[in-house]
Amino acid sequence: MSIQVGDIVAEATYALTRDSLVRYAGASGDFNPIHYRDDVAVSVGLPGVLAHGMLTMGFAVQPVVDWLGDRGWVSDYQVRFTRPVVVDATTGASVTVLAKVGAVEDGAARIDLTVSFDESTVLGKAQVRVTLR
Amino acid sequence: MNPELVGRVFPPVAPYLVAREKVREFARAVFATSPLNHDPSAAMSAGYADVVAPPTFPVVVQEATLAQLLAEPDAGIDFTRVVHGDQRFTYSRPVVAGDELTATLAVTSIKSLGAHSMVTAESTIVDATGAHVVTAISTLVVRGDE
Repeated sequence: MSIQVGDIVAEATYALTRDSLVRYAGASGDFNPIHYRDDVAVSVGLPGVLAHGMLTMGFAVQPVVDWLGDRGWVSDYQVRFTRPVVVDATTGASVTVLAKVGAVEDGAARIDLTVSFDESTVLGKAQVRVTLR
Repeated sequence: MNPELVGRVFPPVAPYLVAREKVREFARAVFATSPLNHDPSAAMSAGYADVVAPPTFPVVVQEATLAQLLAEPDAGIDFTRVVHGDQRFTYSRPVVAGDELTATLAVTSIKSLGAHSMVTAESTIVDATGAHVVTAISTLVVRGDE
């Protein structure tokens, strides 16, 4: 794999809607109502209905998975949840992912993700380790 | 939160059988479009036994272990005050449909940060042969009184 530290390997934008949140709730089994009910979200002091942090973590790695194809696999993936993604009932939320090479080793690489919503990053220390097969 | 939880290892949860349709359902929910996640023949020609689960799929298996922690009578964790702080998955190999996975939770760290507490829980996930597949590590922040 001919990549160098600093290379951008993938970029993507995800348009989340309330439908996305309901779909993720069903697929993951996380039915916390702050992810689909405005009244509950507001009652616990949130600015609105939030995307599941694990949903954001889940799609943020996909540009790396697609770039990698069957050349390798994700052997480690970590994130810190730093800011919530508020998903408006009518306009949704647009989240961008930028994947950049952070380190290159023999047969492996670390890809650093910058995941942004509303001009702020929402994940900290978002690092993907890919291992070549 | 009870600091004596550190080092506590919980009983393994019931084995979880990874089903092909569940992998596809989860893949659709996280916008995963790779043929490896959806098409068994694509996965098999890449050398996998069946469709490959997306990297965050083990959260589905881990969930039952975190439920054990939140339900532990002496833990003192009010789940309505729990916020997800950090998450990590460290793999020995990808999860594929057909895997029968068993998860065992251990509490590895508890820290205080002002009125808040942070608990780190590691779920070690093995396959039917007992071989390690993935460890899912969560740090939960329990908000204190403000």
